[in-house]
Amino acid sequence: MEILVCVKRVPDTSENEIALNSAGNDIERDELVYSINEPDNYAVEEALQIVARVGGKVTVVTVGGEEDEEILRREMAMGANEGVLITDAAFEGSDGRGIAAILKAFVKKGNYDLVLTGVQADDGAAQVGGMLAAMLDLPFGSLVNSIEVLGGKKLKISREIEGGNKEISEIDLPCVLSIQTGINEPRYVGMRGIRAVASVPISNCSVAELSLDASAVGAAAAKVKRLDYFVPALGKGAEMLAGSREENIERLAELLAAKGGLK
Amino acid sequence: MVEGIESVVPVTFWLTPGRTLFLSIHFLGLVCFAYIVARRLVPLIRSQRDPRFDRPFARAGNVLKFWLGQWKHPRYRVAGILHILIFAGFILLAARAFSMLIIGVSPNFVMPGFAGESGHLYEAATDYAATVVFLCMIFAIVRRVVFKPARYAVPARYGKAHTADAIFLLVLIAILMVADSLFEGTKAAALAQQGQLAELKTVLSLPWMFKAALASSSIPLLGSLYFGAYLLHEVTFYFLLCYRPFGIQFHVETSLFNIYFAKLDKSTLKPVKWGVSDEQLGEVKSFGVKTFEDFTWKHVLDFYSCADCGRCSDNCPANAVGRPLSPRFLSIKARDYAFQHYPMFGHSGNGQPLVGSIYSPDEIWSCTTCGACEAECPLLLEYIDKIVDLRRGLMDDGNVPQSLQKPLKALESRGNPYGKLEKKRADWANTKEFQEICRVKTLNGKCGAESLYFVDSITSYDDRMQSIGRATATILDHIGEDFGILGAAEKDSGNEVRRFGEETLFTALRDHNADAIRSCGAKRIVTADPHAFNALKHDYKDVPPVEHISQVILRGVKSGKIQFNPAENGNNIYTYHDPCYLGRHNGIYDEPRAVLDAIPGLKRVEMKRSHDRSFCCGGGGLMLFYEPKEDQRMGVKRVQMAAEAGANVIVTACPFCMVNMEDAIKVAGLEGKMTAIDLAELADKQMVRKCPVANAARNAEPQQECVAGG
Amino acid sequence: MARIFAYIVHRGGVPDDSAGELAAAAKKIDATASATAIVTGQGSDLDNVCSTLRSSFCEVWKIANDALAHPNAELIRKALVKVLPPGSIVLVAHEHFGIDLAPGLSIKLNAAYCSDVLGMDALDGNDLKVVRQEFGGQVSSHVHCDISSGAVLTIRPGAFRPQQNAALTGTIVDKSGEIGSLSAGRRYLQTIVAEAGDVDITKHAILVSIGRGIQEKDNVRIAQDLADVLDAAVSCSRPVVDAKWLEKSRQVGSSGKTVKPKVYLACGISGSFQHLAGIKGNPFIVAINKNPKAPIFQVADVGIVDDILEFLPELTSKVRELRGVPAK
Repeated sequence: MEILVCVKRVPDTSENEIALNSAGNDIERDELVYSINEPDNYAVEEALQIVARVGGKVTVVTVGGEEDEEILRREMAMGANEGVLITDAAFEGSDGRGIAAILKAFVKKGNYDLVLTGVQADDGAAQVGGMLAAMLDLPFGSLVNSIEVLGGKKLKISREIEGGNKEISEIDLPCVLSIQTGINEPRYVGMRGIRAVASVPISNCSVAELSLDASAVGAAAAKVKRLDYFVPALGKGAEMLAGSREENIERLAELLAAKGGLK
Repeated sequence: MVEGIESVVPVTFWLTPGRTLFLSIHFLGLVCFAYIVARRLVPLIRSQRDPRFDRPFARAGNVLKFWLGQWKHPRYRVAGILHILIFAGFILLAARAFSMLIIGVSPNFVMPGFAGESGHLYEAATDYAATVVFLCMIFAIVRRVVFKPARYAVPARYGKAHTADAIFLLVLIAILMVADSLFEGTKAAALAQQGQLAELKTVLSLPWMFKAALASSSIPLLGSLYFGAYLLHEVTFYFLLCYRPFGIQFHVETSLFNIYFAKLDKSTLKPVKWGVSDEQLGEVKSFGVKTFEDFTWKHVLDFYSCADCGRCSDNCPANAVGRPLSPRFLSIKARDYAFQHYPMFGHSGNGQPLVGSIYSPDEIWSCTTCGACEAECPLLLEYIDKIVDLRRGLMDDGNVPQSLQKPLKALESRGNPYGKLEKKRADWANTKEFQEICRVKTLNGKCGAESLYFVDSITSYDDRMQSIGRATATILDHIGEDFGILGAAEKDSGNEVRRFGEETLFTALRDHNADAIRSCGAKRIVTADPHAFNALKHDYKDVPPVEHISQVILRGVKSGKIQFNPAENGNNIYTYHDPCYLGRHNGIYDEPRAVLDAIPGLKRVEMKRSHDRSFCCGGGGLMLFYEPKEDQRMGVKRVQMAAEAGANVIVTACPFCMVNMEDAIKVAGLEGKMTAIDLAELADKQMVRKCPVANAARNAEPQQECVAGG
Repeated sequence: MARIFAYIVHRGGVPDDSAGELAAAAKKIDATASATAIVTGQGSDLDNVCSTLRSSFCEVWKIANDALAHPNAELIRKALVKVLPPGSIVLVAHEHFGIDLAPGLSIKLNAAYCSDVLGMDALDGNDLKVVRQEFGGQVSSHVHCDISSGAVLTIRPGAFRPQQNAALTGTIVDKSGEIGSLSAGRRYLQTIVAEAGDVDITKHAILVSIGRGIQEKDNVRIAQDLADVLDAAVSCSRPVVDAKWLEKSRQVGSSGKTVKPKVYLACGISGSFQHLAGIKGNPFIVAINKNPKAPIFQVADVGIVDDILEFLPELTSKVRELRGVPAK
């Protein structure tokens, strides 16, 4: 099976303190540590496990610049067969739809049976996978936490729904799936693994190689633009009950009754 | 032995009909044994190299102490004494057994040097030796069957009990002693009947008892018994010889070699591959132990030498709390693997991965590397190197629990497992309140000092452990030490990183730190973190010598620079918990205790498990992130031990021990009844402060370049 | 002005709580416009839902079709594309269904897409300014959407307060005939319900939730006593599960269960981000903790600094008294 995994390089939320920069127009990026978006990593691991079961090839692709090559390398160290960097000045400022359009053009160049993305990235938009599927007119499933390959170009997938329940569906190949964290246990990749793939070439892909309508990408085409970053003023927090224990209990009981806590 | 007889020809004449038989048995037995040993050597030849041929004198010293001297055995009193007796008996009986074997084919054989008076003394001694060994066998069998010491039990998941096999061997040895004694007894009885002055002087020895029992038996009967005893002895001897390599009794042969080749540099870790330098590591295809052949020959020899005594697992804290690790079975399973895949006949080796077949990943990750197993093993088996090598293999294959991947990634990006910012590493020293007590220098290019205080990650970043950092700094300041910290330039010492098998990341951390340490120009290093202490001392090369804060405090006490106020609460009973990386791994047991004893009025008790029998708190570094399957926390067991000893204050000298103790106090429901305190914190609390004037002079504004964080 | 639609999910004949929230969001976008609810499904369940929604929406579009018995976003998207007028603004709740439906819908409608919206300014011509969060909620941002060709927005549950229920005024429009036949490359097979353990904390309106502060397993009964008199369930944060004082099915948080109670008593819980992520629906949160600096006090409605081991038993007695339940 030919699997394409779309990945993104993001600031690592567990190893950074996200704060506004002094100008207030962006987050402070000077000392940020970047890594692959966590759900994307799960997607790559899933692709590798599928290919280990049924054979095939895993390609990882990202839209960005030279600094994004490091995550492609990390996923190749994990076992992905090929890494592609789609890079072009024309792509800068693209919104989610623009990124999806770029990826759509790339997918059309190849012959992929399955396209995976992570469920969401640092901006929490959770959009590229669904948009890409619609652009390609392929079936889509989000929040996927289990994939089983069936015969006859079909998959059985499980989606995470409310209450920890699972929605089981059958989906035709080729399709697009967005992968939820926890679907598997990604293998560890350390410095040694990355050094081993340090000299494997990563192919670059620019707007010339993709049949793209330039008006669909870039800042000019974006319908959605982030204007700023800000930190909302901290609310006053809880109403602190400051009496004696008895008084607090009285007051609390009153409040509970009012909120329907005492029937 | 029979006194006053010049020649034993008339009696040994009874053996003449069997000469061909005995010769054949010799031949068969030796050929079999040689073949078996040759087959047993095959996996050693196929394994990795391990340079153990240096420093012969030191190695010989170990043989004298641990093999001949049975040094570790008395740690378990009953079994230890039993084994010493059996071992001494065997050593003593060696020449006698040898003579006896030869006599069947060469009747006049006398061991050189054993003729005459010395021969008679030897005979007397060995009469008793055989008796003692026999009695030990009986005792051992009774012990196995009736008293069933817990450490011999085989948990269901490891298969059947080993009792039957153990008793079989004990019985065989008993038979050997009986055969020997019967042989001597029948000869003495026959000679006595023939009127020869035969006084078997060794009263109440087994040969003596046989002689007494057979005193009036007919000569032909005695002849048959004599012949039979000899045959029994020879057959049993060769059976045992050839059977031993198939089980734990192989240690009879291998123990001498195993102890000779034992590791001399304690507390060091085996490199990824012997003979491959750090620079060449990139060319190594596979790291760690994945298949059996990835072990070194010495490790295979360890597997052969394991005597299944269970002392290691009996002291293993992971085993005690129900984690799936039992060091004894690491060895036994590997040995069984070797026996199965390197059989006497047929194809050998199968190259399958060990983890996933005989070992489970959890088994391998459960080890806290506390070293209790190695401290206990009478055969000096090495466990930590094997665990680390197995972990290297798992890391290489990417087979790492998710709970460990996060801190490893953080260590790679931020130099600490918490993912906190580098620039905040020295914040613990920069609080406004603390800066008024003590100014801590950051040693960058512009600012130097005599000593470097290596803080390490947990003390730098953990809210609670930062107080250990401040206490340590205050003490150093108080004794007038010219010291500084590396601040943001310091990365995790990497002690656990290495012991969890991430050698490449460890090397990166080590090289970074070593550079920073050398650049700061300090002549010595001090730390309050035993894990950092261990790494800096054994894993780092070309860095200044390192000390633990307890050693510094004791020196201060002895020189008078540090004086302690009396302990406040007379009702507190203190106990000192030996951190694994300070005590067992680095032999620092007395200094912390001496510091405590220097505090007037401080009442201290010892826990039953102390010094090199200390019970691991649960582990530090990456082990704090691992989510083990266990019945209970190690820390909870440890605080219960403290309570049993009558203590209500546990003193530790390691920030990881502190985390685990404080956690355990809550989980065990001892909050309010027990507290934990760090040695440095306690020393700082009790220290008599110098007069304010002197303080002010020393704490004058330091140079701008030296302000921490600069 | 563009027409505003709200797609409403429902279960067992009852609309999801997000219905009122989406109506409120629609009002924020355009105070003069009245939003249209769209629901899909079949049978009497669907009819009941439509009926209920009349009080929040001026128009309710009903799309009934056997193929839509189970809400399959792939099919529903195709249906919506057929009935929605060009330039519509479509609101959907940002949860598992919305995430599945909305991005693709925005492409098919050629509309702008913005997800997990927390707030917005009133529509200004074709400019809509919304508030979102990024980096796991650590920073907020203002985002501008060009809605000249419409928009699809997913709204964060609980971000907008529903308005009071008015009298039934909306009309139901049956659009079932306009969708034609439906098929998609993804077909629903079944739903596997999560194991609930002995108690399903997601089904309780009141939760007495305990954290490390409970200190030991034997103290858990203090929380259970209170839960008993409140007709509540005991839930917990992760450290309690790690210490094996309660089983995993009781854990609230990003690695545990998501709960939507009306009242949440956080006892001895510090208020970590991972724990709070499991609390949805904006319940009345009471925090009791020894540590006045615990982060929980930032998100709680009422806070008390006290030792839960002493406070809870007294609260239990008080509640018993008020309810007239005899002491045990």
